[in-house]
Amino acid sequence: MRRRSIFGLVALIATLVVLAFLVIPIVAIFTNSSPVRLIEALGEQSSRDALWLSLRATLIAVAVIVVLGTPAAYLLAMREFRGRALVLTAIELPLVVPPAVAGIALLASFGPQGILGAAVADLGIELVFQTAGVIVALVFVASPFFLRQAIAAFAAVDTRQLEAARTLGAGPFRSFLTVAVPSARSGLGSGLALAWGRALGEFGATLMFAGSLQAVTQTAPLAIFAEFNSPGGFVGALALSAVLIAISAALLISVKLVGGERALDAGAQP
Amino acid sequence: MSEALSVTASMPLRDFSLAIDLEVSAARRLALVGSSGAGKTTVLRLIAGLLSPAAGRVGLGDEVWLDTAASLDLPPERRRCGYVFQDYALFPGMSAWRNVAYGMRSTPRGKRRARAHELLERFGIAGLADARPAKLSGGERQRVALARALAAEPRALLLDEPLSALDPATRRDSLRELHSLLGGLSIPMLLVTHSFDEAALLADELAVLDRGAVVQSGAAAEISAQPGSAFVADFAGAAVLHGQATGEPGGLSVVRLRGGGDVRSVDRASGPVAVSVFPWEISLEPTGSAPPDSMLNRVEGEIASVTTVGNRTRVGLLTPQPLSVEVTGRSAAAMDLHPGGRVTAAWKASATKLIPI
Repeated sequence: MRRRSIFGLVALIATLVVLAFLVIPIVAIFTNSSPVRLIEALGEQSSRDALWLSLRATLIAVAVIVVLGTPAAYLLAMREFRGRALVLTAIELPLVVPPAVAGIALLASFGPQGILGAAVADLGIELVFQTAGVIVALVFVASPFFLRQAIAAFAAVDTRQLEAARTLGAGPFRSFLTVAVPSARSGLGSGLALAWGRALGEFGATLMFAGSLQAVTQTAPLAIFAEFNSPGGFVGALALSAVLIAISAALLISVKLVGGERALDAGAQP
Repeated sequence: MSEALSVTASMPLRDFSLAIDLEVSAARRLALVGSSGAGKTTVLRLIAGLLSPAAGRVGLGDEVWLDTAASLDLPPERRRCGYVFQDYALFPGMSAWRNVAYGMRSTPRGKRRARAHELLERFGIAGLADARPAKLSGGERQRVALARALAAEPRALLLDEPLSALDPATRRDSLRELHSLLGGLSIPMLLVTHSFDEAALLADELAVLDRGAVVQSGAAAEISAQPGSAFVADFAGAAVLHGQATGEPGGLSVVRLRGGGDVRSVDRASGPVAVSVFPWEISLEPTGSAPPDSMLNRVEGEIASVTTVGNRTRVGLLTPQPLSVEVTGRSAAAMDLHPGGRVTAAWKASATKLIPI
């Protein structure tokens, strides 16, 4: 029998520590209080309002991201132009901007005193302390997750197939819809799931830009914070957290199922 | 109703310029042959509208698809020009019949499936209608690609190296099928290939492209027998003769050549065949000097051309179907070969390949 090397042993211990550190907090959410108390806490009006708002706002935000982001990603993937690298970097900037900074940036542009504030008001749109403001914040922080994946997926589409579609009588839109989108679907699917996951967890930018009004702008993460700050609200915070974890886990699993392991790996490459 | 396809174009390529002027009549097959990088695919792409030349004109009959002088450049989808890509470019997510149905614009939606099946049936692969391209062999993919292009009822057909994605064994069968399928079409057809032999078999006429320009055009046998330059002589490979084969006891096949003369081959075949023999397999001898030999083919003819390629000499013979022979420079000098003289070409039955068509 071969002796285990010292390095092998160290690596094994490191793996166990990392695993325990990552998994214990998740498990704690579900085991800290009894399931009955968690379900009771979900019965509160503020919790249900927050979950319902999160679901609506993230669905609308993801729809906006997909509808606008898919053709934009296609164009950016297919066209060579000067300054393309700059545009791609600009798109990824919200990924690294701290959420609080994103909130301030949104206020400075679309807020009442923002550079586009007057134009937004003229259109009759109110964002601050409104659900629409939550959606703007979600789109801002989550869209890069979708765009990155979508651009990579479209760049991998075989251009010969698009040309074949054109010679068979399909215009640019039909060849995009029937050839490019199906070819890129696993990348688009994983991008959608990642963007949705990011939108569900959004906290800082929403708080700064749209505030935390129950049933209007208080999404589930904001409600968790509000519960946590209120006396005896810890169990309520735990209950909401458990629901968010369940949804996020479902999203992660669906990404893996839709795109296979590679869907997430591909996202790691610029 | 079919009209001629015409193309005139010039554009700078990487290190030379493309300058071509081609016309293909209805039901005619023109093969653009040349080594890789000569600009063959570029010609197809600009006819289909996938590429715009610096200057040029592309049209079919009275219809103009591209005219740079008039700033007219129709997109590919408005040209109705069938294109079979080198790697076939089938849609991987669609079954074979959906691939074929993709371009059916004039067929009502409800009838497309039936029509796709009809076409696949004609191509002998109806059983694979529901298979995805990944499940098909190279030869099957080629047929789906051709069926897909034809299903769109194209007004001209372009084929880019239609056989290059196939393994050598499939290639021979596919060559024969393609020959008969293309033979039944009434639209202009333009195919590109780097193989002179394939071109000779598939096309009525060849145009040899070298560094962006057509250096010689004509029937394959003409080009092979009377190459206009050393490049063409070097490029033109096997001589291809047409005839009718019958089996003969003893394992040999006898081919009665179109225009007269018999040749024998160790390949077994019967019916219409293409006979191919490499110029360097053929030797020349003074007419009437040797006794008949059943293992040796002899064809007498007048010398049409004598071209030197390096240290070899290519001799074109005006036999009933022109034949090109390659001999060493020394034996050419010894035999005093000159246009107008008469010689006999001789080659072994074992060097004679038969391709049923």
